[in-house]
Amino acid sequence: MLEVEEVSAAFGARAVLDRVSFSVAAGELCGLIGTNGAGKTTLMKVVLGLLPTGGGRVRVSGRVRTRSGADIGYVPQKIQLEPDAPIRVRDLVALGIDGHRLGVPLGSRRRRRAVDEMLDAVGVSRLANARVGTLSGGEQQRVMIAHALVARPSLLLLDEPLANLDMRAVDDVVALLARIAADQGVAVLLSAHDVNPLLPVMDRVVYLASGHAASGTTGQVIRADVLSRLYGHPIRVVQAEGRVLVLAGGPEPSGVAANGCGASGAGDC
Amino acid sequence: MGASLAPVFEPGFFTSPPVLVAVTVGGVVAVVSAVVGTFTVLRGQSFAGHALADVGSAGGSAALLAGVPTLSGFVVFNVLAAAVMELIGLRRPRGRDLATGVVLGASLGLAALFLYEDTVSSNTTGATVNVLFGSVFTLSPGLVPVVVALGAVSVALVVLLYRPLVLSSVSDELAAARGVRVRLVGAGYLLALALAVSLSAVTIGAILSTALLVGPAASALRVASRLATALVVAAATGVGATWLGILVAYDSVDWTGGSGWPVSFCIVATVFLVYAASGLPGRVRRARRPAGPRTVGPVVGSLARPEPDVEPGPPETTGEG
Ligand SMILES: Nc1ncnc2c1ncn2[C@@H]1O[C@H](COP(=O)(O)OP(=O)(O)OP(=O)(O)O)[C@@H](O)[C@H]1O
Ligand SMILES: [Mg+2]
Repeated sequence: MLEVEEVSAAFGARAVLDRVSFSVAAGELCGLIGTNGAGKTTLMKVVLGLLPTGGGRVRVSGRVRTRSGADIGYVPQKIQLEPDAPIRVRDLVALGIDGHRLGVPLGSRRRRRAVDEMLDAVGVSRLANARVGTLSGGEQQRVMIAHALVARPSLLLLDEPLANLDMRAVDDVVALLARIAADQGVAVLLSAHDVNPLLPVMDRVVYLASGHAASGTTGQVIRADVLSRLYGHPIRVVQAEGRVLVLAGGPEPSGVAANGCGASGAGDC
Repeated sequence: MGASLAPVFEPGFFTSPPVLVAVTVGGVVAVVSAVVGTFTVLRGQSFAGHALADVGSAGGSAALLAGVPTLSGFVVFNVLAAAVMELIGLRRPRGRDLATGVVLGASLGLAALFLYEDTVSSNTTGATVNVLFGSVFTLSPGLVPVVVALGAVSVALVVLLYRPLVLSSVSDELAAARGVRVRLVGAGYLLALALAVSLSAVTIGAILSTALLVGPAASALRVASRLATALVVAAATGVGATWLGILVAYDSVDWTGGSGWPVSFCIVATVFLVYAASGLPGRVRRARRPAGPRTVGPVVGSLARPEPDVEPGPPETTGEG
């Protein structure tokens, strides 16, 4: 569905991505993991066609993508709506259908039904008439997912959808995305700086660090040796209460494995 | 009408040609300002509107000096200023503060020079008041078709760009990702804004023009939760305030025994009173709202919000909203 082939990107002389390659198939959920400034947003913008590639190719559904368009669902890192902006949840979702067209929207029954279905699918039907700017972070994230999916794209990109969410909302949104990928056969690529909440549902992972990337299935990449090499810093991968956790720091496995809670704010402590 | 309304509509109100021109121009300009202004507030560009108004004062005074209608000066200067603002990237209120400040200062300085020359050459102080504070009662009837045409262009631009404008006010990046040419849409909108500010400037003056642009729109956003409703409410509010202001100004000549109050003052005062009143429903609602499970604070004027019961589970305390 999405194939990224040897993509590089730079701002001036500063190389941000260096020959990054990975692919995501239909129905798969892929995590794009990296610290602040690692290049996650940059990579998404290249895939979207908002930034030129400094080499390499992006294919979506087999076709080389050269410019932006409505065939990819996208949830940006942040939106700009004030609480008093007169944009209701259903208005924003409807913009996912035809927001890029000229003129005023003409409400049709089909349009309305598509919006209602999507609101239902992400579980925010009861907020349909609320102003988007008044919602909590988790609610807003769901609404944006509905907006991105309502036109039924085959690829969904989400930039840090878990930032600003509390632990419960993180689990809710992760579960929602996993369900959407499986039920609707959408390829989902989402970025995050913490990999742990995604480990239970992620099929593939792309790790970004200082321009370089490690990518593959979760089992191939989530290994102490791979991650330590990528970061140039000791990284541990531990089992705790039936879950895998990625932790930074020197080898001291006994204490961590015992209480299951690490310094990096792992999911279910 | 008849005798019962005589104390409200002073004799001659409906037959005086200047009043008819004022009512027509005022009505058209109020609608245009309200429609464009709603998007100005939505996009957080009130500051750009203000900047255009200041630049317009130089344009209006230059036009007077050249002996052409002030409207042409407003339009030419405002459209040029909009182009410059687009080039230096003044698309958000926070953008390019310093550059804008310098340009605005220079424009007002130019206005001071032109107005001084106007005053010296014509030996009246009318020019200053006319350009800065407007004079809807002294417009020539020939201007009416021009005002209507420019207003139509401005509103047509906003209608044409409606969806991309809304999308990019949610997020420029989101709009760009969907293939919207955000820069082009922003430029088209700035053109509409430049025209609206020019029209407002001939009506209530360059300095006061943002009152008609932002006031009714801000009032409407306090009470309406849908954009379409907000546009209608803003237009109705703007027209109502403008006509009421014109009426009060006309009648005040009798109340004050001859001099009367400036029409621009009457319009702007009405706009302000409406804005103050529009905050009341929200206050009452908030006072009555029972303490919900939600820990996010209540939000000004959120009419639409049914009840703050969240998704099953404990209240969410995070998020910027
Ligand atoms: N427009 C730009 N001009 C110059 N440098 C940029 C630009 N945008 C990003 N960068 C640089 O590119 C690098 C990658 O930025 P990017 O926004 O992709 O990081 P990120 O992984 O999304 O970080 P975050 O977690 O903070 O969102 C950063 O070092 C940043 O400084
Ligand atoms: Mg980012």
